[in-house]
Amino acid sequence: MINRRSTLKSLALGAVSFLAIAAGGAFSAQAENKELKIGFVGVTSGPAAAWGTSNVRSMQTRADWLNEAGGVKIGEDTYNITIVTFDDQKDPKRAIAGMEKMAQEGIHYVVGPNVDDGAAAVRPVAESKGIIYFPYAFPKALYTPPASNAVLGMVANYQSGPAIYKYLKENKGVKKVAFIAANESDPLSQRDSGVAAAKELGLEVVAEKDTYQNDTRDFTPVLTPIVQLKPDLLVLSGVAPANAPLLIRAARELGYEGLISAETAQDATVLQEGAGELANGFISVGGASTPEIRTPVMEEFIDRYTKKFGEYNDESNTKVYALEYIIETLKANPKAIDNVDEFKKTMDTFSAPNPYAKDSTLKFVGATSFGQKRQLSVPMVVTEFKDGAFQTLFVGEVD
Amino acid sequence: MEQVIANGLYLGAQYALIALGLTLIFALMNVLNFAHGQMYVLGGFVTYTIYGQLKLPFVVALICSGVTLAIFGGLMEKFLFRPVVRRSKREESTMLLAAATAFFLDAVMLLLFGEKQRGVPKIISGVFVSDRVILPYDRILVGVIAILMIAAFMLFMQYSKPGRAMRALAQDRVAAQLMGVKVERYSMIGFALGAMLAGVVGGLLVSITGVNSGIGGPISIKAFLMVMIGGAGVVGGAIAGGFILGMMESVGLTVLREYGDITYLVIFALLMIFLSIRPHGLMGKPWG
Repeated sequence: MINRRSTLKSLALGAVSFLAIAAGGAFSAQAENKELKIGFVGVTSGPAAAWGTSNVRSMQTRADWLNEAGGVKIGEDTYNITIVTFDDQKDPKRAIAGMEKMAQEGIHYVVGPNVDDGAAAVRPVAESKGIIYFPYAFPKALYTPPASNAVLGMVANYQSGPAIYKYLKENKGVKKVAFIAANESDPLSQRDSGVAAAKELGLEVVAEKDTYQNDTRDFTPVLTPIVQLKPDLLVLSGVAPANAPLLIRAARELGYEGLISAETAQDATVLQEGAGELANGFISVGGASTPEIRTPVMEEFIDRYTKKFGEYNDESNTKVYALEYIIETLKANPKAIDNVDEFKKTMDTFSAPNPYAKDSTLKFVGATSFGQKRQLSVPMVVTEFKDGAFQTLFVGEVD
Repeated sequence: MEQVIANGLYLGAQYALIALGLTLIFALMNVLNFAHGQMYVLGGFVTYTIYGQLKLPFVVALICSGVTLAIFGGLMEKFLFRPVVRRSKREESTMLLAAATAFFLDAVMLLLFGEKQRGVPKIISGVFVSDRVILPYDRILVGVIAILMIAAFMLFMQYSKPGRAMRALAQDRVAAQLMGVKVERYSMIGFALGAMLAGVVGGLLVSITGVNSGIGGPISIKAFLMVMIGGAGVVGGAIAGGFILGMMESVGLTVLREYGDITYLVIFALLMIFLSIRPHGLMGKPWG
């Protein structure tokens, strides 16, 4: 006889069974996802840490987002993304150790290193262990044949510099330029290519050898003789985000009234805190996104990044791209998941909608600069700092 | 040239203040405090938080920086350096402890305050401009405060009871103990005072140079340089070393600029020659 009590008991048991099956199903679906490890080797401590930290945080934000949405389908399998990080402390020896660690973990795609000497140092390891890596470093030798495993993750200074100088020459009447750089390989090479570009444009270079130690805290003595040369434009070659506000502030306080620019990305909050209104008018390469060109996906990325880490870094607009390119290229050719030769083949023809910028596509570029497609196509946004925020000066593209 | 001298004097005043705490700790305990730069950074971050973030008056932030570091320094002496000094006969032990503390503080500050360069609003606006010298008022103010603090510190060491006790300790630890000086108490006070100086100068300079978690090491190196020039453990030597380094840096950056970044190369070469002639520095005797 079926009474009310047994009916309730049966219903309860049925509900519990259903929930258990549903939960089990969900769990097994989750468990079915494979793991795709993507590496990061770069600087996340010291004065240049802002570059590497924004890099790794962008990757972590995007990976969490994709995993939350159920993972990434590549071929027949769905993968959860795991970011494996290594702080090379801006030391080439540690960068090599980091790349070796990635190889030991079976990782084929690594973002970084962030600086020239680190990126050059890891090349033998990457090539011998079958790793494609995405440096934020500018030496052309890394991207031109016979090198083929490095893919430049951003716009190089020798691509943005000439564009900026040309714009300032034509629009702001710049004639005399002075360069200053930290006494380190990246800034020095950026300075040299900047000097060459300026001379090619017919600008008079009044200072091209001035350097400073990267750990300088007071730039007044460094800038005093340069300011006395009265250049129209002061270029801070390869300037680290930590040093930019100090240099700007010292130059302005010494009475310099000309333009100041840099070909590296900067952080608006750092500029505002360090130089305040003295940084108004400072021109730099922005974070590859402006309110006009960004899509709702980029808006959500910024929102998620801010919630996850408490504060957004404008440069992450650039750094979000590397992971996206890796995943989309693997989607286009699933065989590349553990075969970088397949990845290289796909790069020549790869194209996908850019989720972060309107009317834009993800594609590999660099044919003009490197003779092969070894660069991510990231919008070249040149910005001017004003009252705590970057304003777009112009947007360009590298071919 | 007037501008170069003004830059050198300003740099010298702030350098001397940085070196004072380091030399005090060395004089009292024979400890090379490799974490001195990190203490400076911590002081900068305390001021950044209180003045820059919480918007409280700069003076309050500066006092908090000093007090925080004094407490921190006192605790460090009591729980880290004192047991090591007591148990180990080898000076390397305290050096390793100081180096480990430096790395530890670097890591903690990176976690607490992040990797970014931080700055605070200027404490005073405007720039003094004449035909020959341009100097922002905030630099003049910081320079004056630094000189006043150096003077106050020297008066304290010369005329106060703790100052006399610390000088006695620095001269001869055993003799001071036999004369009734409480060695442990004054060692702790001295360490706290040295740390406080680092914290205050960090807080003072954050308004001009900002602060980030990676600058501790280079600041320690410069402080050691000044102490070596002046003579380790001698207060007057640290002050002289600070002004000499500031002036050499200012002159070198102007005179040698067309040869590239060789100012510090020249400074180090000169220091090598100088130390080979005067290995104890300018005033290289125990304090007193």
